[in-house]
Amino acid sequence: MELSQTIPLLLGLAWLLPLASFAVIVLFGPRMGKSGVLSGHVATGAILTSAVLSLLALALWLEKHGVQEPQQPEHDSHGARRMSTVRRVTHVAENEPEHADEFADGPADRPRGIQPLFGSWYSLGTFGSEGASRFPPLRVEIGYYIDTLTICMFAMVGVIATCIHFYSLAYMHEELDDVTDHEVTLPDGHHLHRPGRFPRFFQYLSLFCFSMLGLVIAGNLAMVFVFWELVGICSYLLIGFYYERKSASTAANKAFIVNRVGDFGMIIGMMALWGSLGTFTFGGPDGVFALVRPASQKHHLVVPDGMVRAAARDQIAAGVAPTSTQINAWRQDGYGYGLLVIAGLGVFCGCVGKSAQFPLHVWLPDAMEGPTPVSALIHAATMVAAGVYLVGRFFPVLTPEVLLVIAYIGGITLFIAATIAITATDIKRVLAYSTVSQLGLMMLSLGIGGWLAGLYHLFTHAFFKALLFLCSGSVIHACHTNEMPRMGGLRKKMPWTAYTMLIGCLAISGVGIPGFLGLSGFYSKDAILAQAFSFADSSGHTLLLVAATAGAAITSFYMFRLWYMTFAGSPRDKHIYEHAHESPSVMYLPLVILAVFAVGVAWTMPLTPLSLENLLEQARPKGAQSAGQIWTDLTIPEEHASHEFHDQATLAATAMWVIGILLATAFYGVRSLDPEDVRVQFAKLYSFVRHKWWFDEIYAVLFVQPVLLLSRAAAGIDRRWIDWLVDRSAGWTVGVSRVDDAIDRWFVDGLVDRIANSTYSLGLALRGWQSGRLRRYVMWIVVGTVGLFVLISWFLELAVAGS
Amino acid sequence: MNLLSQPVGLSHYLVVGAVLFVAGVACMATKRNALGVLLGIELVLNGANVNFVAFSSSWLRSDSQFAMGLEGHLVALFVIVLAAAEAAVALAITLNFYNNHATIDVDRADELQG
Repeated sequence: MELSQTIPLLLGLAWLLPLASFAVIVLFGPRMGKSGVLSGHVATGAILTSAVLSLLALALWLEKHGVQEPQQPEHDSHGARRMSTVRRVTHVAENEPEHADEFADGPADRPRGIQPLFGSWYSLGTFGSEGASRFPPLRVEIGYYIDTLTICMFAMVGVIATCIHFYSLAYMHEELDDVTDHEVTLPDGHHLHRPGRFPRFFQYLSLFCFSMLGLVIAGNLAMVFVFWELVGICSYLLIGFYYERKSASTAANKAFIVNRVGDFGMIIGMMALWGSLGTFTFGGPDGVFALVRPASQKHHLVVPDGMVRAAARDQIAAGVAPTSTQINAWRQDGYGYGLLVIAGLGVFCGCVGKSAQFPLHVWLPDAMEGPTPVSALIHAATMVAAGVYLVGRFFPVLTPEVLLVIAYIGGITLFIAATIAITATDIKRVLAYSTVSQLGLMMLSLGIGGWLAGLYHLFTHAFFKALLFLCSGSVIHACHTNEMPRMGGLRKKMPWTAYTMLIGCLAISGVGIPGFLGLSGFYSKDAILAQAFSFADSSGHTLLLVAATAGAAITSFYMFRLWYMTFAGSPRDKHIYEHAHESPSVMYLPLVILAVFAVGVAWTMPLTPLSLENLLEQARPKGAQSAGQIWTDLTIPEEHASHEFHDQATLAATAMWVIGILLATAFYGVRSLDPEDVRVQFAKLYSFVRHKWWFDEIYAVLFVQPVLLLSRAAAGIDRRWIDWLVDRSAGWTVGVSRVDDAIDRWFVDGLVDRIANSTYSLGLALRGWQSGRLRRYVMWIVVGTVGLFVLISWFLELAVAGS
Repeated sequence: MNLLSQPVGLSHYLVVGAVLFVAGVACMATKRNALGVLLGIELVLNGANVNFVAFSSSWLRSDSQFAMGLEGHLVALFVIVLAAAEAAVALAITLNFYNNHATIDVDRADELQG
């Protein structure tokens, strides 16, 4: 079979297997083994097979296309100065002029020839008909758009989700029996006692994986949106898994509602695209990407004809014929550019909600109410990755203005979340804010043109964040508390967890020895910082560079604060320490696997050019960045140009993790500095950060209270007027019914009763005749016969006399 | 008209039939023994049979030169068969009744009263 058929088949299977598992568990869940224990195995088997199929697809893809050895620049003056021998920087555009209108041999002409696979599996429906409007009819399809990024995402999601499934098999074991939930107190003072929900957990997990894979493979924006929402509903179900707990159900609602806000923007973006282009499809000659970056223009950003026409509709209505020259003239005047910006911003809005960016980041920390494996899945491989992935996928359509907005949103998020993480004491919340902060870093990177760097960090982050969450789950499993001040010294009790988590902390801090070797985070952070340097250099937005760099330091500080507070020092709570124990091997083996990935996922395979970075490089959107039309002095630098800033970036990154770890060690490791002093000294600042910058409170005043007020007013109107109306009409109905009832009862029923009664009494009267006495019967027969005889002779006589 | 002074004709047969019939009915109405009732039934049936045969006899009919005159005979035969069958059933009922109640007094068989 052709590879172009095999790969969609493999990925399609990998995508649908979790759905099959979901269906099986929905139908037979509780009956699968004792308390549904087999449902866990079914779900795990399905996702394991998915992961294997994805890896197989990746292998086939590599076999076909290979991995390009990064091209050496013609004037390799920088090559000699490169610090890292391991990382290879794709680097072609050194000698390229910066002007966008000169179609030099830029990235557009890179000799890779890897075309994405796209197509349609099933057409859901067609809206509009050919020729009815200026657009071809909108086809809503279940299609696929597969490039190296898609396949890598599949492999990443598959591997991480498999680890999490295995881990969950042990973590959720108490759901196999009846559960007493100590966090729920019923009105009668007892704790809630409920049946276990083991199959339900795995059923949601399967649906979650299915949705995420669907989102990744989706071939058009409509399909992305469908799976986007499915991911949202799955997160709602899983965050609210312990829905009897008030906090959990509130957190689930919060996640869902906050995401709706983002999705609203996304729908606007989709409308802007559909209304002007008439298509949602990514690939193909009339897909969105080809329209915005036509191959004839060397993949430079061009406002598509449809958008120009839509923007110039007044002129068209005034009688100017939209010929191609006229459209070009309009395009020169900037018509339609605003639509493109709106489309980009709209789609980014959805990503803000899903990837928990400022100002919609508030849901993610609350999402910690779900079981820990869910947190790991949401934070690493699925939900929040979706936003970054979509920005990456949609990158060709984003204008420099949109990218700058993305960068600033990312920078703000990065900084806010990092500061909050410093003061959080709940182990999972520290990780949650760390996730928000890292997502901000990815968004920042994408926004400043670091497409590869951002997605690179998405992958490395996925592995070490999944690792960190599963480790924290293991700790919580052992301690039955989330509060770090009550832990301490657990290193001796649970060495596997402690040291895998240390690896995770090192990886997320970006620890590495420049020029020699580093953990995965080292490489991706390095790439991002280099791009930030490059961007600051070319555009003067230094704030973003500061945010990224400071964020790196804060990250390593709070991660090591977490590790020291949990695992080092002396136990603070004897009781918890005594009862702590290492988790079963089915829980710590996934940790080890993920730790291996967290260490080495960014490494290059020895003697080959095979590395994650080079793989992602294959999927880089074609076309160079152009200058903005609204902010004309804004130019997003090419990512290849960041190469010359790698030395600074590496130095900065190294300095940052060293500072962060040293500070954390000083405060929490050797305790030569007392955090209490700092807290007292900066009491105001501490309380500000400790209360998460008062975000929840501000939102409560700004949005929640007004909505509640409005709802109360609406409820008042409901109760006073609408209820009154309904009550009245109900009263009328009751009155009419009473009359009806009387008629029925007295007249209709009376008639029927009367007939029945008379029939009954007649029967009673006749009953005596049937005496059962044979001789009496005979007598009556004789009497009757004689009587008949007499009657007949009499009538006969009359008849004869009458004739 | 004195029947005793007439030659034997249809009327004489009818008288015999009527006597048999009335005797049978009287027997049915008065006997408490189920077998007696059965005897009465036989009498009634045969009283009717005498009439059939008499009406059908070619010596007693004025139209015997046109018609075969076998209708009455056939019905008589039919009645005889019917009587035999009925007797068999009735005797079986009686026997069963005796088994259950140790009597064949028909006045005791009043369980089917309304």
